[in-house]
Amino acid sequence: MKSAVIVFPGSNCDRDMAVALTRTTGRKAEMVWHKDASLPDGLDMVALPGGFSFGDYLRCGAIAARAPIMRAVVDFAHRGGLVLGVCNGFQVLIETGLLPGVLMPNQTLKFVCKDVHLSVETTDSPFTSAYGNRRIVTIPIAHGDGAYVADPDLLARLKDQDRIAFRYVDARGEPVADANPNGSADNIAGVLSTNRRVLGMMPHPERLADPQLGGTDGALLFESLCAALETA
Amino acid sequence: MKARVFVTLKNGVLDPQGEAIRHALGTLGFAGVEGVRQGKVIDLELVETDAARAEAAAKEMCEKLLANTIIENYSVEVF
Repeated sequence: MKSAVIVFPGSNCDRDMAVALTRTTGRKAEMVWHKDASLPDGLDMVALPGGFSFGDYLRCGAIAARAPIMRAVVDFAHRGGLVLGVCNGFQVLIETGLLPGVLMPNQTLKFVCKDVHLSVETTDSPFTSAYGNRRIVTIPIAHGDGAYVADPDLLARLKDQDRIAFRYVDARGEPVADANPNGSADNIAGVLSTNRRVLGMMPHPERLADPQLGGTDGALLFESLCAALETA
Repeated sequence: MKARVFVTLKNGVLDPQGEAIRHALGTLGFAGVEGVRQGKVIDLELVETDAARAEAAAKEMCEKLLANTIIENYSVEVF
């Protein structure tokens, strides 16, 4: 799998993402600067990393979404390319319109940095197929603006189309209010595009993809991508 | 021309920052503040000299970047 990580000024999870992709795919992830106008040839997958692109000025992800490289990323997604946005990358995807909804400041107004339980809501996606029967996983979050907001119509559509990828849950897998770290609608932690090939999520799978860092639940996401491309 | 853009949250959109400001005002002794909604003011200096065209340009900027029209309203004053 040939992957690339987009680097914006203020990205700070780009190298973690590249390490996770390189280790899982066995092929070095390419770093692409936001001012570039085009993506490397023959890419299978683009990752938008976490961080604080452009200092979160105006709205989180708003400036990055209008960076020159993003036109190429949006075209890539429209051609059916795989795009993963994590944390700030999720905010950027929302600002480009590739994913619906809005990410607003956490209801508590606190920056939350901790491991959370997630339920894998669907394994019918190139990002989640390898989770199989592993319905409850642990992945870290670290964000101040992660409250997913959607109107009732959009929420119904996301459910009907099985496009909610992850939800915040307690240890028993229940999406209770106490397990919701930021006030997201329906405890939503990650959503898929209509073609299921774009995923945005606030939790950081790249931070828990190495046993030496305390867990490998995040690695399954990258393994899913490899499997999806092998069978494609 | 100059344009002043106001970006505010739509009614019904939860504004935790506004709530935090309301609490702080209460702590300072300002009683009777029932609600606070916060927003942004963005001042633009435009080369355009025609007011109608300046306003139209500023509104297009709002649609494309300055406001997230899912959750925010905007208004423009040119002068």
